Amino acid sequence: MGIYLPIAEISVNVFVLLAMGAAVGFLSGMFGVGGGFLITPLLIFYNIPPAIAVATGANQVIASSFSGALSHFKRGTLDFKLGGVLLAGGIVGSTAGIYVFALLRRLGQLDLFISLLYVVLLGTVGGLMLVESLNALRASRSGAAPVLKKSGQHNWIHRLPFKMRFRASKLFVSVIPVLGLGAGIGFLSSIMGVGGGFIMVPALIYLLKVPTNVVIGTSLFQIIFTSAYTTLVHATTNQTVDVILAFLLMAGGVAGAQYGAKAGQRLRGEQLRALLAMLVLAVAIRLAVDLFVTPPNLYSLSAAGLN
Amino acid sequence: MAGLRAFAAAVPLSMLFALSPAMAQTPPTESIQIGLSTDAISITAGFSGADLTIFGSLENPDPLIARQGRYDVVVVLEGPPRPVVVRRKDRVLGVWINLDSETFENVPVSYSVATTRPLQDIAEPAKYKQLSLGAQNLYLKPADETGSPATIEEFTAALRERKAATGLYSENVGGVQFLSQNLFRATVRLAPNVPVGTHKARAFLFKSGMFVKESSAQLEIRKSGFEQSVFRVAHDYSFLYGVFAISLAMLTGWLGRIIFRKD
Repeated sequence: MGIYLPIAEISVNVFVLLAMGAAVGFLSGMFGVGGGFLITPLLIFYNIPPAIAVATGANQVIASSFSGALSHFKRGTLDFKLGGVLLAGGIVGSTAGIYVFALLRRLGQLDLFISLLYVVLLGTVGGLMLVESLNALRASRSGAAPVLKKSGQHNWIHRLPFKMRFRASKLFVSVIPVLGLGAGIGFLSSIMGVGGGFIMVPALIYLLKVPTNVVIGTSLFQIIFTSAYTTLVHATTNQTVDVILAFLLMAGGVAGAQYGAKAGQRLRGEQLRALLAMLVLAVAIRLAVDLFVTPPNLYSLSAAGLN
Repeated sequence: MAGLRAFAAAVPLSMLFALSPAMAQTPPTESIQIGLSTDAISITAGFSGADLTIFGSLENPDPLIARQGRYDVVVVLEGPPRPVVVRRKDRVLGVWINLDSETFENVPVSYSVATTRPLQDIAEPAKYKQLSLGAQNLYLKPADETGSPATIEEFTAALRERKAATGLYSENVGGVQFLSQNLFRATVRLAPNVPVGTHKARAFLFKSGMFVKESSAQLEIRKSGFEQSVFRVAHDYSFLYGVFAISLAMLTGWLGRIIFRKD
């Protein structure tokens, strides 16, 4: 069944989009990630213009992170204060990101920049995760107990000034890295259409030493607001949010997430991480190939005067 | 696909002749008229292209020339003019990057031509350049005319090629047919991605390869339906649209949790 997307201005198949949403929802439920980093490239592969894929991806991320944050709020595994400071940084980063987005669009370099960012970030994160999970798998196979890093170890981040106490996270840390992390994620959110959980979660655990139980809830909480802000600014400045497209993805996504979560419980942690790493790398390689393959048309037309 | 039909009203000029003594001394000159029965067309979002039929008439044709088929008519439906940037990708360190670009002013978004015969059989190429007639001869004005002529020519050709590839610039040879000595029917193609806005229908009359007269009419193309309402809201009330998109996402997330609750 075909449907015409009013903003993307192309006809697409409803079931393909629902299936795409469900598949990404399944994976995000299984791995506990938002799925924005999969949705946006998939939409681009499905010929949705990158500018619209990014803005709509941000809109879709709200649904999955809102649903997830509600569960964490109920369980009390959500640090509002930490989330709030991250969010303050996120708004600044997102505003800068939207400005860069509009500038790149005017220069005709937006598509390239989005692809490059995806290749570099997904390649790095996927590569690191794969190495780490394969090492863990090998260690568990040889029977040795996994070597745990000592918690409470302090690094240079803990020597920075302007310290603030975060009770729920049992943390006393400078606000500079927290604001900086929020800003970085906000920037990526507006340019890549991702929630940023795949960077936020490891950064909170390894850099700020936030206890693992509050990390996901807090990350989801800040992602809701950063993506909501990103969606709103994209809607007002670039008019690139397609609600119909976003709704189809969300509908498939919330259903798929439940089955994914169930499937995820049957797999072991390292196996899960190795699978996710391979998936992330596959998306990065697919995007990288497109950068190097000679395009069918060297010339492209776009409306002038987008400024 | 049902064609969209617009009818021309032929004006009986014979009455006017009696009132105009000056005209009686010189032989009557040919002229051309087209008229549209409607000044606006609505297309739905699922529009997959159509043929637009325009009727027109020749006035005071010379019966001898008409019999020999030496009258030719070219009908053009021209979309609203817009500035366009043409970009060319080049390889930098193995990666394809948009490098050079050229901006053109007032490029018609669409340009459909219907002719009685192939354009090259009707008149000399120089004539079309002068009239800026035909997708290949249409004058495209670069915003910066100081660039090298070779570059401008390359990007102009690329612009025409891309427009033709997306079906926005089309040519329908034999699309204009004479129904009688005076009456003709032109069929121009509306591409599925035909732009909304004010389109201009123009008819050019040629006699034995010489340009005689032009006539034009305006046609408004609008989109209608649910999708178009969404598009309009997204552009006219973008802030409210953004708030709606966010609320919809939160509602979907919340409902999803209620329906599939597991904790």
